[in-house]
Amino acid sequence: MKKRITLFVFVLLIGLSTATQAQVAVQADTLYTMEGDKIVNGVVLIDNDKIEAVGSASEIKIPTDYETHQASVVTPGLVDAHSVVGLAGIYNRDDDQDQLETSDPIQPELRAIDAYNAREQLVKFVLDKGVTTTHTGHGPGALASGQTMIAKTPYNTVEDALVDSATTVAFTLGSTVGRNFDSPGTSAKGIAMLRQKFIDAQEYLEKRQAEDPDKRPNKNLKMEALADVLNGKLTAMITAQRSNDIMSALRLQEEFGFDMILDGAAEAYLLLDEIKKAGVPVIIHPTMVRTYGDTQNASFTTASKLAEAGIPFAFQSGFESYVPKTRIVLYEAAIATSYGLNREQALYALTKAPAEILGISDRVGSLKEGKDADLVLFDGDPLEYTTHISSVIVDGNVVKEKD
Amino acid sequence: MTRIIRLSLLLIFLLPIMSVAQQTKVFTGAKIIPISGEPIDNGVLVTKGDKIVAVGTEAEVDIPSNAKTFDVTGKVIMPGLVDSHSHIGNGDGGDRSAALHPDTRIIDSIDPHSETFKKALAGGVTTVNVLPGSGHLMSGQTAYLKLRNADKIEEMLFVDDSQKEVAGGLKMANGTNSIGDPPFPGTRAKSASMVRELFIKAQDYKDKIEQADGDPEKMPTRDVGMDALVEVLNGERIVHYHTHRHYDILTAIRLAEEFGFRIVLHHVSEAWKVADEIAEAEVPASIIVLDAPGGKPEATDIKYKNGAVLEKAGVTVGYHTDASITDTRLFLRSGAFGVRAGMSREAALEALTIENAKMMDLQDRVGTLEAGKDADFVVLSGDPLSVYTKVEQTWVEGIKRFDYSNPKDRKYSTGGYNVFRGSAHNHHGDK
Repeated sequence: MKKRITLFVFVLLIGLSTATQAQVAVQADTLYTMEGDKIVNGVVLIDNDKIEAVGSASEIKIPTDYETHQASVVTPGLVDAHSVVGLAGIYNRDDDQDQLETSDPIQPELRAIDAYNAREQLVKFVLDKGVTTTHTGHGPGALASGQTMIAKTPYNTVEDALVDSATTVAFTLGSTVGRNFDSPGTSAKGIAMLRQKFIDAQEYLEKRQAEDPDKRPNKNLKMEALADVLNGKLTAMITAQRSNDIMSALRLQEEFGFDMILDGAAEAYLLLDEIKKAGVPVIIHPTMVRTYGDTQNASFTTASKLAEAGIPFAFQSGFESYVPKTRIVLYEAAIATSYGLNREQALYALTKAPAEILGISDRVGSLKEGKDADLVLFDGDPLEYTTHISSVIVDGNVVKEKD
Repeated sequence: MTRIIRLSLLLIFLLPIMSVAQQTKVFTGAKIIPISGEPIDNGVLVTKGDKIVAVGTEAEVDIPSNAKTFDVTGKVIMPGLVDSHSHIGNGDGGDRSAALHPDTRIIDSIDPHSETFKKALAGGVTTVNVLPGSGHLMSGQTAYLKLRNADKIEEMLFVDDSQKEVAGGLKMANGTNSIGDPPFPGTRAKSASMVRELFIKAQDYKDKIEQADGDPEKMPTRDVGMDALVEVLNGERIVHYHTHRHYDILTAIRLAEEFGFRIVLHHVSEAWKVADEIAEAEVPASIIVLDAPGGKPEATDIKYKNGAVLEKAGVTVGYHTDASITDTRLFLRSGAFGVRAGMSREAALEALTIENAKMMDLQDRVGTLEAGKDADFVVLSGDPLSVYTKVEQTWVEGIKRFDYSNPKDRKYSTGGYNVFRGSAHNHHGDK
C-alpha cells in the first residue's frame, strides 16, 4: 500500500511538472502485443503508468497532446524469468555477492528484499537491454538458498521497485551444491535432507493449527517458509540440470504436492514427456550457458523442443560466477531462434510466458488496456544482432532514450 | 618380394587418397567475401590441394575441366575465421610455482582430439592462437594452430619443426590478473618491476650469445626460458599481453617500448579510453565482446563500442573468443556486435580474419581468400553478421572439416547429450 502511495505521489509530481509526460503514444511499424497476432502499424496509448488503448493506427487516433514515440518494432517490456542481479553485483567481490549464503544448505527463510540493491549497475544494464521486470533473488548453489522477488528495474529502492516481495523459494539439485557445502556431498543425501525438512514442515504446519495455543510450536522462520511452499503461498523453483536431477525434482513435487517451476533443465530434451505430464513450467537455462559441469549437455535446440512439446517455458539470464556477470535474456532468446524456435515463440518466452509462470500476468508481459505501461522500442528485428533498443518505457516513463 | 607386393598394394590404396588431396575443387554460385577486396556476387572459388588457386567472378576465373564442382548457390563464402585468443584444446601452461614462465610451452599439453576443436570448427574457426594461463605475469608460450585433423600437436602447427622454428607467441598479463601471494607480485608496480628484471636478464643472455659469435666456450649456460625471451627481443616471437584497465594498457606499451619487443594487446576492456595512445604506439588490439560487463573488477568498464572506437583511431583491431569465456560456435556474433556499436562491416569482418592473422605473423597464409593462400574457408547460409545465419561448412586446407548437414558434425553446433565432455571449463577458475 505504501508503495502505491509513493508511486501515486511520484506520478502526480511528474504530471504536474510536465503535463505531456503523463500521456504518451507509441507508434510501431510492427507491434507485438502478445495478446493475439502482431499488429502492422500499431499504436499504444499510455495514460500515466497504465496502458489506455492498443490497436492498429486505423482504429486508434493519437490525440494531439500526447507525446509520441515511433519505432520499427515494439514489444512489451521484457520479463527476465530468473536472474540474480541486485543480489549479485558487477564486481564479483565478496562485498557485492549476496545471492548465496553458505552457512547452511537449507535456508528458505532468507528474503530477497533484505539484500536487493536496486541501484546495482547490473540492474541498470539489463534495463538498458529491455528488461523492465526481473525475477531475482537468491541464486542456485544451496539445497534451498532463499527466496526470490520480482522488481521493476528502473527504481532506486526495493520498495519502489517491488512487484512481488516473495515469489519462490530457490532450490538446487545436482553437483553444484556439493561444491559449496561439506554436506550434502552427494545428490542422494541432498534429496534426503530436503525430504526430511519438508516432512518437518508438514508436521509444523499441522501443529501450528492446534486448537490449544499452548500446543502450537514456536514460530520458526525456516519452517514458515517451507510451510508457505507446501501451502502454495510460495512456489518451489527447483534448479535441476541433469536428467536424474530433473526426475528427482519431479519426484519431490509429486511427494509433497507443491507448486513448482523447473529451472535450468539442461537435459530437458531427454524428458519432454515426463515434464509435460508433471505439468510444471520450465525456466530454461540461458541458451549460451557454458557446456561444463551440470550443464555440460546443454543444447541450443532445447527451447525449440520445449515449444514443440507444448511445455510452457520462459528465458532467463541465470547466474554467472565469472565474466560476464549476467547474461541478457534477449540475446539468449535470439540464439534459440537461430536454432529452431520461431520469432513469436521467442518473444512470447521473453514476455507473457514468464509473466504467467511467475503469476504477474495481470500487470506485465503483454500490451493490453489496464496493464502496466512497460514497452521496449526497437529499430529493427528485436532478435537480430545488429538491432538497437531505441527506447524503454516503464510505468509510462521513458527510462532509456537511445542505445 | 612380399615386401614389394605389399608396398605396391599400399600405393594402389594410397593413390586415390593422394589424388583427392591434390584434387581441384570449384565452388560456384556463392557470394564470396574475400576480405582482400569487395564482395563478389555469384563468385567462383577454385582450390587445388591445400591452396587457393583463384577467386573471382565467373567471367574472370577459368574453371578447370577435371575439377570437382560444388554448387553453393545462394550461400556466402568467406575466409576461415582466425581467433587470436582462445583456450581450446585442453592445454595448460605455467603452474603456481612462479609468476614468470617463459620456458613453458602450451604445445606440450594440448589434446589434438579435444572436442573443443570440433566446437571451434562448428563456428567457422580454422586458425587459432591457443594461450596458456592465466593468472601469471608470463604464463608461457602460445601455439598458433591450424584446425587440421590431427593425432599429434605437430600436425596442427604452422611450422614444420617446432624445435627450430617459432611456433607461437608469449602470453603475458598485468593488472589484477597476475597479482597474488608470493611468488606472485602484490602490486602493479611490483609486477612491472619483475617483468623488467627478467627482460634485463634476457638482454644480458642475448648479448653473451652475440659476443660468443658461435664459440661454444663463450656461450652462456643454456636456459630454455631465456631462449624464448631472446626470440621475443629479436621480434620473432610476439608477446600477447592480457590487459584491461587504461593505465595497465599503457604500462604494457611502456614495457614493450623499453625492451623493443612486439606486442598485441589482449582483451583491452578500456581500450576506448586510450584508443589514440594505442594508435600512436602502433600496437594491435585483440578485443572481446562480453554481453554484459563485470564478473571481475577489471571488466566493469568494457563497452560494445570498443571495436568502433579503435577502428576510428586507426588501430589494427581483431576480435577473439577467449573460449570458453565466449562460445567459439558463435564467433561471428562478436563482429556483429561491433557493427551494432558503430564499427564498419568491413572492419568487423577483417577483425574476425585478416587482422587476427597479422597478430600472429600469418597474414601471408590465412585471413583472406586470395590465390596462393591456404584453402581455409567457410560456407555460410547468409549474411555473416546475422543471428539467423548458420555456418554450414568449414574447410581447412581443402578438406571439409565441418558439415552442418551431417548429424555427426551438427551436434558440435547444437550441443546435446555427451557432445562436449565438460572441457569448456572456465580456465580462469570459478569464484
